[in-house]
Amino acid sequence: MINLLLFPIIIPFFFAIVLLFFKEQVRIQRILTVIGLSASIVASFALIMKVKQDGIQTLTLGSWPAPFGISMVSDMFSALLVTSTLVITLFVSIYSFSSIGEERERFFYYPAILFMITGVNGAFTTGDIFNMFVFFEVLLIASYLLIVLGGEKRQLRESIKYILVNVISSAFFVITIAYLYSVVGTLNMADIGQKIAEIGQPGIISVIGIMLLLVFGIKAGIFPLYFWMPGSYAAPPVPILALFGALLTKVGVYAITRTYTLFFVHDLAFTHTILMVLALLTIVAGCIGALAYFDLKQIIIYNILIAIGVILFGVSQMNEAGMQGAIFYLIHDMLIKGALFLIIGIMIVVTGTSNLREMGGLIKTHASLGWLFLIAAFGLAGIPPLSGFVGKLLIVQGGFENGQLFGTIVILASSLVVLLSVIRIFVYAFWGEPVPIQPTNRKTYKQMMFPAVMLVALSVLYGVGTEWIFPYVSDAAHVLLDPSSYINAVLKE
Amino acid sequence: MELLMAIVAGLIFTAAIYLILSRSLIKVILGTGLLSHGAHLFILTMGGLGGSSPPVLADGATNFADPLPQALILTAIVISFGVTAFILVLAYRTYAVHKTDDLNSMKGNDEHD
Repeated sequence: MINLLLFPIIIPFFFAIVLLFFKEQVRIQRILTVIGLSASIVASFALIMKVKQDGIQTLTLGSWPAPFGISMVSDMFSALLVTSTLVITLFVSIYSFSSIGEERERFFYYPAILFMITGVNGAFTTGDIFNMFVFFEVLLIASYLLIVLGGEKRQLRESIKYILVNVISSAFFVITIAYLYSVVGTLNMADIGQKIAEIGQPGIISVIGIMLLLVFGIKAGIFPLYFWMPGSYAAPPVPILALFGALLTKVGVYAITRTYTLFFVHDLAFTHTILMVLALLTIVAGCIGALAYFDLKQIIIYNILIAIGVILFGVSQMNEAGMQGAIFYLIHDMLIKGALFLIIGIMIVVTGTSNLREMGGLIKTHASLGWLFLIAAFGLAGIPPLSGFVGKLLIVQGGFENGQLFGTIVILASSLVVLLSVIRIFVYAFWGEPVPIQPTNRKTYKQMMFPAVMLVALSVLYGVGTEWIFPYVSDAAHVLLDPSSYINAVLKE
Repeated sequence: MELLMAIVAGLIFTAAIYLILSRSLIKVILGTGLLSHGAHLFILTMGGLGGSSPPVLADGATNFADPLPQALILTAIVISFGVTAFILVLAYRTYAVHKTDDLNSMKGNDEHD
């Protein structure tokens, strides 16, 4: 029994409510947002230390004993994700100060971010499948507000699609929970895992597994359910795009990982083969998109798909190296995607366009931006010692250990495509003849560079400091591969 | 009784999908509303209907209805109510800006806006 694991959920929620009272005072809103997120980050680091020291932390709301009440469970995997979520949100919020525009700030931009973080962290922490649905709705409703905020013509058009897709996927989620409840008669995730182990995963459970993959796959954007993502994500301004790309898709990946390591582990040949094939197809689809477009946003959005495929391939291997790699790569991808979106945001502000064909010669006027982008691009492609390397190395090792030669080669080949797609941005935007551009405000430019530099620096540290971070990742992978430790921790009290 | 209710839920899903596939935005929204009604009915059915027995769980009671699905539905209804209200307002704004509620003419290519 410990309340610490609720703090990363409660603190943003509390500050979001407080912010609602300061609608017109943009300055106070900014200060309170930074204070709230910093406090949550401190709490989440304390949580990581606590989990590292004492193992999985659980809390039953209202002290109803687990499986009857709602359990909140924090293992190392969820604690790491909660922390990286808060860190990225802090830097994206700082970036928003100078780029989102006062109009949006006065119409509940910061409260919406904080409400969304409440939902994201809640979904990472909850140990109850219906409660996960509720937290999904919390983050979705906040994201509906964020995607439509500003009300531009294109935003309205794309929001309609985004919301319809998510409403339908939520209905599917409810239906799947109903199926699951009628088969196992419980909603507590640890209890579900135990009950499924007792009845040995008959066919109906595998069907439910595929339905859950459908529900979470729409959120995560796996093949062929990613169709809505490139259009919808490109509509809102860059800071919102950075939050969606770095966080929301990863909630889907987390949910797939959790359910496919805790529930559906008795028929790996069926469920995990499907997961692996879909992961590989996602990579292929992402590669095609990343090379096809000349639009900065689209190139990076399709790179999200590639990363999702790589992570889920690691998860589907269900061995130690693959799982460690998936977790390491997941956090790497949150940091580096956040950083890349912020950098292309600066490029769009500087040049006034997101079309690569209309850019050129930026290195002459904005050299630091160019080198920053190059470091982030190498990190994304996984050039050692940057952060993408270790995760991909472990995933490849896991794939070879399982004898998945073809799949592993696809992963390796995708790294080259990733490198090509981002270097193409570098060549088109930074080399060549300078295109005349409007002079930008140096102060705004510096304010926008700061969070981008910080995120890139963090991702470099994450890669160089693998030695220190690895024990935590290894702990997280250990719990995922040994569901009984999770189940015992929740049901012991 | 459960079988009958499962069939009714299936019929609601059929109608909902028919509406969602139509081109008019307002029909699509009505379809999503119907879809969530179907899902709620489905939870109730899957939890077991329990006939006229009371939803209590005392020691030794053998005949009772499961109260949990009703708690789930209550939550789900509130959520779908809020989302439907939001999406209706959004649809109106979209109609006001785009001057159409035909989803076919709301297709857009990202490179040519």
